[in-house]
Amino acid sequence: MTQKFDAIIIGAGHNGLVSACYLQKAGLNVLVLEKNDWIGGAAVSRELTPNILYSNCSYVCSLFRPEIMRDLELPKHGLQIIGIEGGTVFTKNGDYLASYRNYHSKRREMARFSNKDSEAYERYSRDVTRQCRFIQPLLMRTAPDPASFKLKDISEIFYLIKKFNELTPNQMAETIRFWTMSISDYLDEYFENDVIKASLAVSGIIGTALGPMSPGTAYVLLHHYMGEVDGSIGSWGYARGGMGAITQALSSSFKSLGGTIITESEVTNVLVNNNSAKGVALKNGNEYYSSTIISNADVKRTFLKLVNEKNLPKKFINKVKNFKIRGSSGKVNIGLDSMPEFPAVPKGDPCLKGDIHFTDSIERMERAYDDWKNGTWSKDPFLDMMIPTTTDPTMAPPGKHFMSCFVQYCPPKVYGNDWTEANKEAFGETVVKQIEEYSPSFREKIIHMEIRTPKELENEVGLTEGNIFQGELTFDQLLFNRPIPGYAQYRSPVSGLYICGSSTHPGGGVMGAPGRNAAIEILRDLKKPTKHARSAYEVI
Amino acid sequence: MKNNFKENKNNFKQPLLKTPFYEMFSKEMTQGYWYDWSGYKAASIVQDQELEYFAIRSTASLFDISPLIKYRITGPDTEDFLNKLTIRNVGQQKNNTVQYTIWCDDEGNVLDDGTLFKFNNTSFRLCCQERHLPWFIDTSSGFNVEILEETNLIAGLSIQGPTSAAVLINAGYQSIDQLKPFEMIKVTDDILISRTGFTGDLGYEIFLPNKLSTAVWNNLWKAGEDLGIRAIGFNALNIARIETGFIIANSDFITSEHAVRNNRAKKPDEIGMSWMVDMTKQYFNGKAAIQKARENNENKFIFVALEIDGKEPADGAIIYHNKDLEVGIITAATWSPTAKKSIALATLKLPYGQKIKSNLWVEIYVLRELEYFKMMKKAFIVKAPFVKLSRRNLTPPLRK
Repeated sequence: MTQKFDAIIIGAGHNGLVSACYLQKAGLNVLVLEKNDWIGGAAVSRELTPNILYSNCSYVCSLFRPEIMRDLELPKHGLQIIGIEGGTVFTKNGDYLASYRNYHSKRREMARFSNKDSEAYERYSRDVTRQCRFIQPLLMRTAPDPASFKLKDISEIFYLIKKFNELTPNQMAETIRFWTMSISDYLDEYFENDVIKASLAVSGIIGTALGPMSPGTAYVLLHHYMGEVDGSIGSWGYARGGMGAITQALSSSFKSLGGTIITESEVTNVLVNNNSAKGVALKNGNEYYSSTIISNADVKRTFLKLVNEKNLPKKFINKVKNFKIRGSSGKVNIGLDSMPEFPAVPKGDPCLKGDIHFTDSIERMERAYDDWKNGTWSKDPFLDMMIPTTTDPTMAPPGKHFMSCFVQYCPPKVYGNDWTEANKEAFGETVVKQIEEYSPSFREKIIHMEIRTPKELENEVGLTEGNIFQGELTFDQLLFNRPIPGYAQYRSPVSGLYICGSSTHPGGGVMGAPGRNAAIEILRDLKKPTKHARSAYEVI
Repeated sequence: MKNNFKENKNNFKQPLLKTPFYEMFSKEMTQGYWYDWSGYKAASIVQDQELEYFAIRSTASLFDISPLIKYRITGPDTEDFLNKLTIRNVGQQKNNTVQYTIWCDDEGNVLDDGTLFKFNNTSFRLCCQERHLPWFIDTSSGFNVEILEETNLIAGLSIQGPTSAAVLINAGYQSIDQLKPFEMIKVTDDILISRTGFTGDLGYEIFLPNKLSTAVWNNLWKAGEDLGIRAIGFNALNIARIETGFIIANSDFITSEHAVRNNRAKKPDEIGMSWMVDMTKQYFNGKAAIQKARENNENKFIFVALEIDGKEPADGAIIYHNKDLEVGIITAATWSPTAKKSIALATLKLPYGQKIKSNLWVEIYVLRELEYFKMMKKAFIVKAPFVKLSRRNLTPPLRK
């Protein structure tokens, strides 16, 4: 079977679908090919046990750009993002530090641990907000190529310089420090209490193969915070119906525009002729043709597996091989018969409706990272646990719950060997044991459990090494260096072959910005209008 | 350091705390207009805003100031520490007096304003709007001082108005009779009364341990029965403070720790507080930056008091020069019931307000029955206070 399209997208992840929508909306006839029999990539809701929907990969919607939701009419296609109520860190000594939406409740809760820190939070918030305000407008712009003399690149470089110049000299110094320092050092400048620091350090390490004491983790924190400072209601929350609601809405929007999605169609290679993309060949023998091929897969998968190395420059291949995309986390997804009890927390406390952590010091996080460096999963892991069914009535029958446990650190190989079933079980047990320490009756409530190590994340979702960001968010891999210097504008050495996933600027998280930005570059190359992609909302 | 907050779990149940005077104000409150003052429930209006204003200006008003953030600073180096922290000279402050003051960050930007109560060289209380523990502790490095946040330990009540002295004397606190403005006295072991306030009128502030709040309230209420005593909310107080030209942090200027955007933080010279800066002090936080800004003419703003034509209050209005060039913003405005003028506090961009003082206009939008009356009114820079009352400073105080 052969068929010709204006553009073919490899992979129905959220960024692939965002690109697909923008291209289809510009009048192209777009085909999306997905290897699985379900769509969504890492933004899915799957019924892994009867009647309970699992956000079994990504689990919270913090960054998905509201401009994209509006452009693609996602609310009309069923997408609703709902606010999250609280969060908590349990401490070893039987206490807990809760976080609440209300400013005063939150401050006084911090004051239980350190009154000084509770007051320092003000200055900390101001400084982080300043950094977010600087970076946020860059999300929805293609990063300029500093080596290029094209008018567009030069003007974008000037935009960056102008943005930077708006900062005072002190703020410039702060910004440079912030982008390069460790989250632990950064927090030390504001806070004294271990539990408070641990609760804030979380965002600096999630999804990153670095410890809280590694330089560069302060930026990762920013990456997670950007959603929070967005300002408009509903920018940070649960997707109603699970994370799959995002990709389902995208798919519905895409189809309503006349686009085609074919599942169970694994692309094995991109057909290249005379340094130009010609189409794709599938595992099942089918071929589809188009001179515009867009890969939603990460940069390694795309250029080391889908494209024949012969068609690529040697230097480029080397850079791709050295792109840091280390797997550092796993996921344990649990169906629960009833809401777990945490005796430390007063009845009715909404802190259980948000993210729940059990790591009460930065030291413990760093030790967890040590295990990963030694080649194994953390014996005292860091868990980012959420029970979205406390807020979302659509994912489980009343009283039953879905619990998502993001687990760090978890290596792609155990002491250099492939994961075995026994290892996987032991990894899951580590997680359950940690939860049990704070919720003694927890184990009895488990109906079903899915354990995902980086191996499953790679095999099932297609994330190389199971890295959730399709490449680490360190300064050497950001902006015009993401993924590869000289190829930060979604293009590749092969004419007509593009990448649109989280490997590209501005990076991971269910943000949609890479997919949108890529679509705009593609439409520019095709000399098609891009007006239907609105500019980023102004940050005032 | 002592932590007063350790045992307070269940913070989700009560976002806003009740002050020690909450029950008393609740009893008087007929409408339920509460607002959030630093995490405490405080009254906006108790019964009737206008009558509450006239209690301030004609009889005696009771306003709950318990939510003020209060720090107790003690130790042998307290005076030196406070001289580093604040821009005024604490050495010149007499014992048992209160000093209105300001403190800045290293860039010379104002962190907050507040009142500094000096018991003696080694013992002070600082009352303010925002929280500053980390800044105070960092500044105290090298000084032998102890800093305790005592917001939730000390209750406060402000009694303001022409009969306020009479009420206090009736209540048995005779010793306040000799208090001059900005002086304070312990009328009992636990109760401190200062002749201070936020109204520009005769008035006093009372500080006491929480446990005495009921007794003190009942005492004052009874003593004031025939002297027109009335519980008031912030709305009435706000009119009186604008009439006096008093500013409020994060309302008339943005405190440095809240200023996210550039040029929002302000130096003392930019909020009308030049008179406070004591450049003869060897060192204080922000001194070099304030000095540099003065020498290089880097200050960008000036704080002014405005009288505006017409009677409509100009809250938040844009100020124009020659009706077309934006030169500033009104931060607080009201119709002054006493001066019978539309008055305002404002920030102007230099050189307006300094070299160019005339031809200033204020754009006012008044919504009436779903249609705007848009007007351009002339504004005149004047010297605050708008309402000057001789009884404010008379000692012994008038009794009526």
